[in-house]
Amino acid sequence: MISADFSAILPEVVLVIYAMAALIGAVYTGKDELTGTLTWATVAVFVGIAAWIGLSAPGDVMAFGGMFNDDAFARFAKVTVLLGAAAVLAMSQDYMARRGLGRFEFPILIAFAVVGMMIMVSAGDLMSLYMGLELQSLSLYVVASLRRDSVKSTEAGLKYFVLGALSSGLLLYGASLTYGFTGTTLFDGIIETIRGGHVSIGLLFGLVFMITGLAFKVSAVPFHMWTPDVYEGSPTPVTAFFATAPKVAAMALFARLLHDAFGAAVSDWSQVVGLIAVLSMFLGAIAAIGQRNIKRLMAYSSITHMGFALLGLAAGTQAGVQAMLIYMAIYVAMNVGTFAFILSMERDGQPVTDIDALNLYSKQAPIRALAMMVLLFSLAGVPPMLGFFAKWGVLMAAVNAGMVWLAVAGAVASVISAFYYLRIVYFMYFGTETDALDGRIVPAQMVLLAASALLMVVGIVNLFGIEGAAAAAAEVLVR
Amino acid sequence: MIGLTHYLGVAAALFVIGIFGIFLNRKNVIVILMSIELMLLAVNINFVAFSAYLHDLVGQVFTMFVLTVAAAEAAIGLAILVCFFRNRGTIDVEDVNVMKG
Repeated sequence: MISADFSAILPEVVLVIYAMAALIGAVYTGKDELTGTLTWATVAVFVGIAAWIGLSAPGDVMAFGGMFNDDAFARFAKVTVLLGAAAVLAMSQDYMARRGLGRFEFPILIAFAVVGMMIMVSAGDLMSLYMGLELQSLSLYVVASLRRDSVKSTEAGLKYFVLGALSSGLLLYGASLTYGFTGTTLFDGIIETIRGGHVSIGLLFGLVFMITGLAFKVSAVPFHMWTPDVYEGSPTPVTAFFATAPKVAAMALFARLLHDAFGAAVSDWSQVVGLIAVLSMFLGAIAAIGQRNIKRLMAYSSITHMGFALLGLAAGTQAGVQAMLIYMAIYVAMNVGTFAFILSMERDGQPVTDIDALNLYSKQAPIRALAMMVLLFSLAGVPPMLGFFAKWGVLMAAVNAGMVWLAVAGAVASVISAFYYLRIVYFMYFGTETDALDGRIVPAQMVLLAASALLMVVGIVNLFGIEGAAAAAAEVLVR
Repeated sequence: MIGLTHYLGVAAALFVIGIFGIFLNRKNVIVILMSIELMLLAVNINFVAFSAYLHDLVGQVFTMFVLTVAAAEAAIGLAILVCFFRNRGTIDVEDVNVMKG
């Protein structure tokens, strides 16, 4: 019995042992000299574990008495998280080394955060949910303030910490009420209790508190205030990480909690989630218009995208979860390419984040400008690109669940948000003359940028088969 | 006779005081850290009260986890705060404003 339990959690165990061994090894030997080696080793470990999880298909296992699920849904989310984190690490190594940020703790903290995310998406109990979430959050607070001699970075870390801790507190209070009114912390037990009777007012309070806590983590309106500041203040590679893997993990956790534990009370949460989704889409779309700093702009862009992903959840159906998963996978692919581009924006060796710096960029570097244009069109959801199909999926799920107005609102928000993406394209192709950016780009960034842009065009043929995987994942979750 | 509702009332009051401590406090970031601890302790009271009421140990196990994580959280919060103080020379809440938002 116990060996079966451990074989279900083996990828996490391997990763956590790797991270601890790397930490101790680096402390006792070369410290920061080993950063480059450690980064590439971590990338290799991430990709290896992603392949291991993705290619093995042991069926759906519940380990440790239901506390840990190893099912198709968890595997889909884990592969997305691992590949996203590996891509971000690969493209950030050069940036970190040249800015004097080449600390060996960075890849190790990322590895711990990824372990936390893997536990989150597998959680089958409020306790494992909380422990995974905290392992992820505590690592992320530290990486946000990684540049500890900068006011902005430490301020970003402090803001993220205070609001993150507040959201954990809200989530826990909800968990305690849920425990009290159902008598169990197991998701299976909670859903049985709800099926057996009506949803009591105390349980409803617990549900609302937990939704609030998770809305903080996915940066959905009205709990988004930390996002722009944290994105702006953190070092750019950290921002790139924040915009990819943790978002997938938090969305997956959201889906798991709502469906695994509260799946019998869809009508109680779908309207709340729908409201959060609409507010996020509109606030992200409108507030980004005034932004000149591309990192802040990407923060608002991620708020909009989270709104769309939540729209899939609000539908409360299997198709909705499937659309949400595909949306998150495409979102990560787009953001990896976009941030590879942002990381390469430099003038005289100093990073630039102002979008005005991109004026007439197409004359300097036509291929990169073209790749960025494809990615921006995809982020905006312009039809031939993959981003359109992601949005189409969640909108169709909402329509089929009878939430026509939500879908209409989503389409309107999508049109508004297209403005600020297309403005960057306008700057790149028809702007006014400014000082040129440096032409330098490291191979890892170029490869990821080109691959991501290519994916957005070629992917429309068959979505690389992720549709089937997402459908299987949604099937185990929504019963 | 003191029953479950009394404990829940105390916990709810502490929790709300914690939330207000975070939002209304204009003085000092340390007070925010204390407010966060207060919220987590309120949650612990809830868990232990429910655990005793339900004759179920899971709530107390959960409390142990929360206590441990709260300690780690406080350590990380203070570490970030020390870095911030070194750069900024102050820990007043009103001075956490280099970026507007």
